[in-house]
Amino acid sequence: MKQVNRLDDGGRINRQTPLNFTFNDKTYQGFEGDTLASALLANGVDVVGRSFKYSRPRGVITADAQEPNAIFQVGSNDASTIPNPRATQTELYANLVCSSTNGWPNVDFDLMGTVGKVGGSAMPPGFYYKTFMFPQSMWMSYEKMIRKGAGLGCSPLQPDPDSYDKLNHHCDVMVVGAGPAGLSAALAAARAGARVIIADEQNEMGGSLLCSTELIDETAAAVWLVSTLTELAENDNVLLLPRSTAFGYYDQNYIGINERRSDHIGETNSNGTRQRLHKVRAKQVILATGAHERPLVFGNNDVPGCMLASAVTTYINRYAVVPGNRLALMTTNDNAYKAAIAWHDAGKSVVLIADTRPSADGFLVKEAMKRGIKVEFGHGIIDVKGSKRVKSVEVAPLSADGKSVSGQAVSYTCDTVASSGGWSPVLHLSSHTGSKPIWRDDIQGFVPGKTEQAQHICGGIQGVYDLSQVLEDGIKCGLAAAGDAGKNVSSLELLAPTVTKNIETPAMALFHIPHFKPTSRAPKQFVDYQNDVTAAGIELANREGFESIEHVKRYTALGFGTDQGKLGNINGMAITANSLGKTIPETGTTIFRPMYTPVTFGALSGSDVKQLFDPARFTAMHSWHVDNGAEFEDVGQWKRPWYYPKPGETMEQALARECLATRNSVGLLDASTLGKIDIQGKDAREFLNRVYTNPWSQLAVGKCRYGVMCKEDGMVFDDGVTACINDNRFQMTTTTGGAAGVLNWLELWHQTEWPELEVYFSTVTDHWSTMTISGPNSRKVLEKLTDADVSNEAFPYMGWIAAEVAGVKARIFRISFTGELSFEINVQANFGLHCWEAVVAAGQEFDITPYGTETMHILRAEKGFIIVGQDTDGSVTPQDLDMNWVVGKKKAFSYLGKRSWTREDNERTDRKQFVGLKPKDPKVVLPEGAQIVFDKDQPIPMTMVGHVTSSYYSACLGYSFALAVVKGGLERKGQSVFVPLADGTTIEAEICSSVFYDPKGDRQNV
Amino acid sequence: MSDLVKVESPLQHADFAALSALTTEGGVVLREDALLGHVNLRGNAQDPEFVAGVAKALGLALPLAPCSSAQNDDTTIMWLSPDEWIILVEGGKEEATEASLRANLTGHFAVSDISGGQTILELSGDDCIKVLQKSTGYDVHLDNFPIGKVVGTTFAKSSAHIRRTGEQSFQLVIRRSFSDYIWLWLQQSSKEYGLRIAL
Amino acid sequence: MLHIYCPYCEEFREEDEFHPVGEAHIERPLEPEALTDEQWSQYLFFRKNPRGLHHEMWVHGAGCRKFFNMTRHTVTYKILETYKMGQQPSVVAEESE
Repeated sequence: MKQVNRLDDGGRINRQTPLNFTFNDKTYQGFEGDTLASALLANGVDVVGRSFKYSRPRGVITADAQEPNAIFQVGSNDASTIPNPRATQTELYANLVCSSTNGWPNVDFDLMGTVGKVGGSAMPPGFYYKTFMFPQSMWMSYEKMIRKGAGLGCSPLQPDPDSYDKLNHHCDVMVVGAGPAGLSAALAAARAGARVIIADEQNEMGGSLLCSTELIDETAAAVWLVSTLTELAENDNVLLLPRSTAFGYYDQNYIGINERRSDHIGETNSNGTRQRLHKVRAKQVILATGAHERPLVFGNNDVPGCMLASAVTTYINRYAVVPGNRLALMTTNDNAYKAAIAWHDAGKSVVLIADTRPSADGFLVKEAMKRGIKVEFGHGIIDVKGSKRVKSVEVAPLSADGKSVSGQAVSYTCDTVASSGGWSPVLHLSSHTGSKPIWRDDIQGFVPGKTEQAQHICGGIQGVYDLSQVLEDGIKCGLAAAGDAGKNVSSLELLAPTVTKNIETPAMALFHIPHFKPTSRAPKQFVDYQNDVTAAGIELANREGFESIEHVKRYTALGFGTDQGKLGNINGMAITANSLGKTIPETGTTIFRPMYTPVTFGALSGSDVKQLFDPARFTAMHSWHVDNGAEFEDVGQWKRPWYYPKPGETMEQALARECLATRNSVGLLDASTLGKIDIQGKDAREFLNRVYTNPWSQLAVGKCRYGVMCKEDGMVFDDGVTACINDNRFQMTTTTGGAAGVLNWLELWHQTEWPELEVYFSTVTDHWSTMTISGPNSRKVLEKLTDADVSNEAFPYMGWIAAEVAGVKARIFRISFTGELSFEINVQANFGLHCWEAVVAAGQEFDITPYGTETMHILRAEKGFIIVGQDTDGSVTPQDLDMNWVVGKKKAFSYLGKRSWTREDNERTDRKQFVGLKPKDPKVVLPEGAQIVFDKDQPIPMTMVGHVTSSYYSACLGYSFALAVVKGGLERKGQSVFVPLADGTTIEAEICSSVFYDPKGDRQNV
Repeated sequence: MSDLVKVESPLQHADFAALSALTTEGGVVLREDALLGHVNLRGNAQDPEFVAGVAKALGLALPLAPCSSAQNDDTTIMWLSPDEWIILVEGGKEEATEASLRANLTGHFAVSDISGGQTILELSGDDCIKVLQKSTGYDVHLDNFPIGKVVGTTFAKSSAHIRRTGEQSFQLVIRRSFSDYIWLWLQQSSKEYGLRIAL
Repeated sequence: MLHIYCPYCEEFREEDEFHPVGEAHIERPLEPEALTDEQWSQYLFFRKNPRGLHHEMWVHGAGCRKFFNMTRHTVTYKILETYKMGQQPSVVAEESE
């Protein structure tokens, strides 16, 4: 197909490399260097989508990030598809496949468009606001209609085949925007010796220079551009980031940048990174983000063919595309004349320039007139005719203030309407850090206000638009930033290149073009295209009492689209101000928030996906567990063996086997993940007294003791066994999940409250591999591996010894979490696997059985031993756990948590207390987490009196059992409670002691 | 200790020996300095007797400036905090090092053998800076991170102490249990430059 | 993301190396048993939530593991100073704020 709107020469496209692409199932051709938008315009595609509410056909309106209409679904399959990129910023690549996001069922024939504009009538302004007041059920049905009718794109259904990553940077000067201002700033800062990063969202750096016809130093702007970029690229201290959008400006000069590294090449990049997130911490930030042109608001200004004046200029000069044949231009300023001049110079017809000002005689105005273009001063385009393309415009004289139509309208036949209401500085990034924009009447725009950041601005963002001034401003700003970053700039004299300064007639402050009829009855005048917000809608909001601009936004949905109101917000505020009789600054402003343009989740996730999503921690014996068929359980970040099924075994069968083997012979557990802290110093004992609830003064060298830690509110937060290595040294054990938190807790108290205590803490969790042999035959296994005397007399319960095990130095702790005779062998982790394999070999004659966390849980629960975090939840005191024996009564120091136990609430007798539960049916296992009630016949909502914390079937006991917290439970032993289930049935259970097995504790003492 | 005792570094399963034969080129070079002696030392840097005692025990002065390190042929000392250092010695010498410190120090101090708890990775090559930039938010530019400096910082979703040993070479001190994650991370983040395993 | 000067490492580090701990300068009562429930609950639960200058405790978790204090503006997020444990802030909020 011929590119009907493409010029034969000019532009920054490569006609030698044609690229085929598919839009809405139709194939077109563009050139390398095109954006999707310029390629579609080159092919004469007018309608690119349908509007959200009214389902009106819409065409490309801008050539930049503001684009509200040309929002596509890009990608050929369910894995590569991306919702909602702007066609104006999507570089064309070979075989690109895209479709309209909100054309349903297709852009040219729209179902919603044919059923009496269903969306429009169902959704008057205020739809969002009013809907939120409705019941949830109503919203669900509205939402379905909106989503289906409007469509905001589809997310990929398949995993993303591409790679993404992140790169951290630090620099002296970060320049955002590589237009003339940013480039001269970067050049100046680089010459001053600063580390500079300059990022620009476009594929080529240069900004406005890429479509400029002005001369710099008497040659084409492109020549200056090339020499500047070359100098920057050759400087090792400068990093150039094209195709990189600075999407967020965060506290203390932290900038997020999304670099699209291969999106312009094709869909999947198997060899490298598709998008890279740069995270830049800059000493100084220069915002050189330029300005966005504002469209004017006039009747039917959304008909395809209506465009921004600067977009027309860009498409002609940069992409060699004239998007029509007959242009009508409406402007409030000189700059927009460039569009008509470029249009005319491309050999097409300009039917009229309607200049809203009473008169103008600037350079560009004269240039247009020189070309014989008809200019009507004091006129405006008040209405557009056409549906899928502009057919004609109605042009009428305006009153001097532009607020009313002052005469008859004349019709002009044309197919394109360009408009310009002036320029709005792109201050989004400065707004991200909380800086409030300031309105400037002289430039009719907001500029960045006071900021806490080390931020500089230059060029268009502060209303400096004249190229010669922009270049000068950039140099000044670059030097200032380099100076503030600590570079010596006093000796540096940099002169701006010479550019002819053109005379301009001041612009007129006009946003909304009047019609004969009042706004409410005039043809629709669109302000926010993506959400179909009209001038009439805004005025209605004002009449209904929404006067704050923030309320107007939420009432009308102004600025709520994926474009965040870049195109319409200022016009919307101006209309509000006018209707309320206020000035724009009195009306307020809206705060832009990150992201500047949408960023894919892929880029934000970076490489932190799949197996790198969260670190997996492994013990030294992991390979053995894998080789021996373990199923694994995540405990924090650790991968712990859960159970070891034999071929054909169910989990239940495996657990029964592991439990019985441990109770009857010997089992083996990898306990390396428990936290271990080496505590040294003469005050170590005193410190333990203060952080544990029980006393430590009498613990002898060679002995171990179980301890419980509480927070200051008296609630249990960790427990474990601590051994006295010598008088100045203890080894503390923490829960697996609590390891880091406990170390931090000890440091907190030591560093902030008790620095006078001489004690140091070091984590040795990873240093030791820990294996527990448990069961009546465990001593026999150990005896085969060590020469040490491990008899009950020489090595009694709750003692520890240093000994060699399997030829390796070890610390053996005689402690038990199963209630059986147990030995916990600790060896330096590099020998962990060696020692584990030796234990397995030695245990073979006793059929030593490895067991995982699930069997450990069952065995300890049979003994009524708590697991902090499972049986407790941060609201349980030692007294609630019936563990008064672990509470020191005579300790001199008022240790952590103690005072809180006598708080009124903690002394209630009806607190939830830790008890055992025995289901009446010995086969039924209560669901963990289930709520408990006293009265099973009470109607819903029932009075809940506790919950099940742990629940298992015990192969050793032959019945199911549970642990639970029940209100006043300790006084209710023998009574029945009920566990209501979701299906309406209840299970009856009897409250009993939490110790089910070997209540006297004989087995661990043998 | 018997010769029959099997000793395994945290990255044993990665089999660097086999990988080193497979990869001969790459912008990033990775080597595990496995099975060294790692000793954690705590003490009061303001106490001249402590500082002198360490120097006597190790034959190397304790680095006292924040983020600094000291090194001689046998020993490397890295500053971790105003009262904490890690001492690296040849594997097997950690017990002698601990004993020597205990013999020469008086007053309040702590020594912990943590040789089983961590390992050292050496990262070098033309593109190793890029890999570090992907892994940590710390500024690794030579101006900010001169040779000999030690920085405790985040490393991907884990943490590490990073010591610069040359313009293009770094030591990473990492925890045993996170070593497999960091190994996976380094493979991913060096993929575009090519990763060579050295012995 | 904040850029925080660690008074122990003596340089600026990225926020992700740190953890906030809570309000600074909360001293544990020397004799908890001498306090009424109400006085004890003040220490336990009640914290300032100022709009403006605030003194917070942070810990350099991924770095030197030291706790320190920070004077930070809760609206602008500007960090006015960080100082070691045991030291007093040099910048304090006006009473009227």
